[in-house]
Amino acid sequence: MRTEVLLAFLAMAAVSYGIRVMGYLVGTRIPDHPRLRAALAQLPAAILIALVVPMLAHAGPPEWLAAGIVAAAAWFVELLVVPLAIGVVAVVLLRGLF
Amino acid sequence: MTFQRCMGHAAMWTSHDASVLPPPVRLGHKLCMAAPNQPSASDAFTAGVLRSLPVGLGVLVYGLVFGALTAQKGLSLAEASAMSGIVFAGSAQFVALGLWTIPPPVLALVLATFLVNFRFFLMAATMDRVIGDWPKPRALLALFFVTDENWAVTIAAGERPHWGAFFLGTGVVVYLSWLTATILGYVVGSVVSDPREWGFDFAFPAMFVALAVAIGRKTPSPPVWVASALAALAADRFIGGSAPVLLGGLAGACVAAIRAGGRHAD
Repeated sequence: MRTEVLLAFLAMAAVSYGIRVMGYLVGTRIPDHPRLRAALAQLPAAILIALVVPMLAHAGPPEWLAAGIVAAAAWFVELLVVPLAIGVVAVVLLRGLF
Repeated sequence: MTFQRCMGHAAMWTSHDASVLPPPVRLGHKLCMAAPNQPSASDAFTAGVLRSLPVGLGVLVYGLVFGALTAQKGLSLAEASAMSGIVFAGSAQFVALGLWTIPPPVLALVLATFLVNFRFFLMAATMDRVIGDWPKPRALLALFFVTDENWAVTIAAGERPHWGAFFLGTGVVVYLSWLTATILGYVVGSVVSDPREWGFDFAFPAMFVALAVAIGRKTPSPPVWVASALAALAADRFIGGSAPVLLGGLAGACVAAIRAGGRHAD
């Protein structure tokens, strides 16, 4: 293995890991206040929506419809593999249609 | 479902005087009655492994593509596996390959990694509930396993005894999927050169939609969702990188904080 390559990976790893540690340490120091508690409770949902909405924005109608189908499936079925499989099949079919 | 309701009762029993509660028989959940003792840490770990298998499959598909790409970029097998094993951050690794030259442009790589991975900051900030009861060194080491996929599975699964062990289970699945797939993709080459053909490119959006629904339906708050979506769209349009997740997440959290102030705390 080339040393310069390994060093580049180590630098990238240090950055990724450092971000996680900083986030965690900040998270443990958030004081217990009703507003902050509410903010922290809603943070995961907000993060996930912020992850997925731009992904879908870059896609088109087949993906939007498929995402709606996945959301409906996920509402009724807790087991993740079910909405996932439905979504992948749906998107292939919908792309054939559009 | 039954399992989670049982956990709720278990928590009630520990936090309240048992005599205040109705007799357990009236609750009628057979599972609670049959197994009054709490699941062990290894049970929780196994549950985490099982719960994240579908996610692991999605990671596997992308790892195959990534592995094939590393071979095209002239990395050795050892280098490709070292990258996935040490850096362990899918999207940042794809971006790095886009920037790849020899010698590696370390500054550009570090900067790109920072921008792409800054979303982990917010995710890690929510991890205190999950691993906060662990000794600090162990908790800090476990943070290595925080990725979009298994973090979301962990939070969506909801609070439970040995939540940290559950999280480790999800982390190990995603880690091994990513590493194995990188190696396989490198060796076998471009089997899955175009995941789009099979709809696999939709696996990640579908997964995050499903997890968002799983998390959102527990404590629905449409104003939070709208704020997050709008901020993420704007940040995606004008900034890029991790900004959509960061600003979307913060916007949602701010709306939650504002709304909490409007109600009586109870």
